[in-house]
Amino acid sequence: MLTYIVKRFVGMAVVMFIVLTVVFVIVRLAPGDPAALMLGPEATPEDAMALRERLGLNRPIFVQYVGFLGQIASGDLGSSLFFNRPVLDVLAGRAEPTVFLSLFSLIIAIVIALPIGLVSAYTRGSLFDQASVSTAMLAASVPSFWTGLLFQQYLATKTGWFPVAGYGGPDADFFDRMRHLILPSVVLGIVNSALILRFSRAAMLDVLSDDFVRTARAKGMSEWRVVLRHALKNALIPIVTVVGLTFALLISGAVVTERVFNLPGIGSLVVGAVLRRDYPVIQGTLIVVAGLYVLINFLVDMLYLAIDPRVKY
Amino acid sequence: MVDAPAIPRTEAPPALAKDIVLEAQNLSTHFVYKTRTAKAVRDVSFTLQKGRTLAIVGESGSGKSVTSLSAMRLLGPTGEIAGGSILYRKRDGTVVDLARQSQAAMRKIRGREISMIFQEPMTSLNPLFTVGDQIGEMLLLHERLAAPDIRRRVIEMLNLVEIPGAEQRLDDYPHQMSGGMRQRVMIAMALVCHPALLIADEPTTALDVTIQAQILDLIRRLQRELAMSVLFITHDMGVVAEVADEVAVMYAGEVVEQAPVKDIFAHPRHPYTLGLLASIPNARRDFDAAGARRRLVPIPGTVPSLYAMPPGCAFAPRCPYAVQPCGSPVHLERIAPKHLSRCIRAGEL
Ligand SMILES: Nc1ncnc2c1ncn2[C@@H]1O[C@H](COP(=O)(O)OP(=O)(O)OP(=O)(O)O)[C@@H](O)[C@H]1O
Ligand SMILES: [Mg+2]
Repeated sequence: MLTYIVKRFVGMAVVMFIVLTVVFVIVRLAPGDPAALMLGPEATPEDAMALRERLGLNRPIFVQYVGFLGQIASGDLGSSLFFNRPVLDVLAGRAEPTVFLSLFSLIIAIVIALPIGLVSAYTRGSLFDQASVSTAMLAASVPSFWTGLLFQQYLATKTGWFPVAGYGGPDADFFDRMRHLILPSVVLGIVNSALILRFSRAAMLDVLSDDFVRTARAKGMSEWRVVLRHALKNALIPIVTVVGLTFALLISGAVVTERVFNLPGIGSLVVGAVLRRDYPVIQGTLIVVAGLYVLINFLVDMLYLAIDPRVKY
Repeated sequence: MVDAPAIPRTEAPPALAKDIVLEAQNLSTHFVYKTRTAKAVRDVSFTLQKGRTLAIVGESGSGKSVTSLSAMRLLGPTGEIAGGSILYRKRDGTVVDLARQSQAAMRKIRGREISMIFQEPMTSLNPLFTVGDQIGEMLLLHERLAAPDIRRRVIEMLNLVEIPGAEQRLDDYPHQMSGGMRQRVMIAMALVCHPALLIADEPTTALDVTIQAQILDLIRRLQRELAMSVLFITHDMGVVAEVADEVAVMYAGEVVEQAPVKDIFAHPRHPYTLGLLASIPNARRDFDAAGARRRLVPIPGTVPSLYAMPPGCAFAPRCPYAVQPCGSPVHLERIAPKHLSRCIRAGEL
């Protein structure tokens, strides 16, 4: 068990190393002078020269690469050109809405999708099943910004039940800030519930026709017990995978939702950084998000281990 | 007894002779799909006496599993009992028609009154729970025992089905066991609450020959010790000879012959049974006196499709004795006190 986890950590380190190398190559070897690119068309050659010096772009590429890896390894993601602060600080300052938005919408997606998926599979072909499958398809095919605008219109502007947008201003307390996340979380949750719903339904359908489900029934137990104990646990194996995947997708989904609801999260930060060509911020965000993906993957594998005794480690 | 009489659908409790524990009367089971209906079991009748073993034998696809799943009422969403009845005498002596019980009533019968061992030992256990857990669940469901008592009873049961090192194997998962071990676990699970009737659907088909013999011995020994009746399903005449008291031969969803086991082997009265017997491999008989290999005699032709059953005798297209009247419906008839055959030429065979 311990050796398995150590092995996994080594594997994760390798993946991160590859990610870092790719990021490095993309940023340093992109056509054009990165310094000029960062500074924009109005910059003078002297400015570009100074920036190149500051970023160490005049050193040999290999030295730059080693320096870059060393810098990242020591936890330093560089400094934002725009904010003039360490990238890590900038990211930390913007993390809260994104983290809670992703978390809430994942919970909402699971709470919507899992029970409906299970009931759908159990009542396969019924009116409920058909309705839920088509609704899920609809929810998945409507762009989240549109759902967002619709919700803003009807649940915020017209009724005043929820704040329309924003994060409550600089002196908002934690609860006020979280209140601002309700609507965006519901929007993002609904959009992402579609995938989880389809997977839970398919997984459950699969399991319900397995021989051991018939064995469970032959033992004389209630249908509740058959489904919730014997079938669901088996269906969870594929469901956990798709939930992990959804969580990863949520991070990118958050970008759009944050824009629509004007939340000061990582999504808005990245969009701003791209427009301002703030390369250290873009690079830093890429690395952090890649790290998160790797971590989620690891957590999913740990869940497999907890659910399925057949998984070898 | 030309036409099988329709079963009166009265509310009065169904009658069943005293020594009989299970009786199928003109049972028909269909699988209904949008475009067509598979009549998997047609007009099947048989009787099982208390404490005895009735073997249902027939080739693959003849409806053996569907018959047993009908009795358990585990046919799945598409299966339905289209006619007939399956009378069962409960422990308390009351007779119920399994074909007309609600699923709620069936839940009280399954596991406690009637247990079933399935054909597929590799997939019939839940891969995510330990075998101890799965056997113990029966005691939890039907006897509401506390954890330590459950553990003790499960260990007892594992010892009874001769799983060595029961105390350790208890915490194993199914994938850590061989097929033979898993089938023993299935047997332990089926028998732990001492059912009155065991339905064993080809419990040894998936196992190799030596394990097969051990499992058969085990079932017979437990049957004696627990005074159980057994409905034993197999396609193997060799197994029939070993376990059965009575035999019902099935072909294409129908029972074509039922008789005590010695009569089936000594005087088969249906051409299909004759064919089955001729196709058993037998180490001694397969070589003649000179040591030359005798050829097995397979039955020519194939089983008719469920969707295209001939109107008359289903075996007629493959039958060497077929004559023109075989084209109209043939019924299971009593040709001797304990011998039934669905063949118009039964007397000549
Ligand atoms: N769920 C189902 N839907 C449609 N047809 C079915 C279904 N289950 C069984 N059948 C059909 O019913 C017939 C009898 O099947 P059954 O499983 O009872 O055969 P069997 O005698 O047990 O054969 P085997 O020795 O292979 O187990 C087969 O033709 C099979 O295709
Ligand atoms: Mg079968």
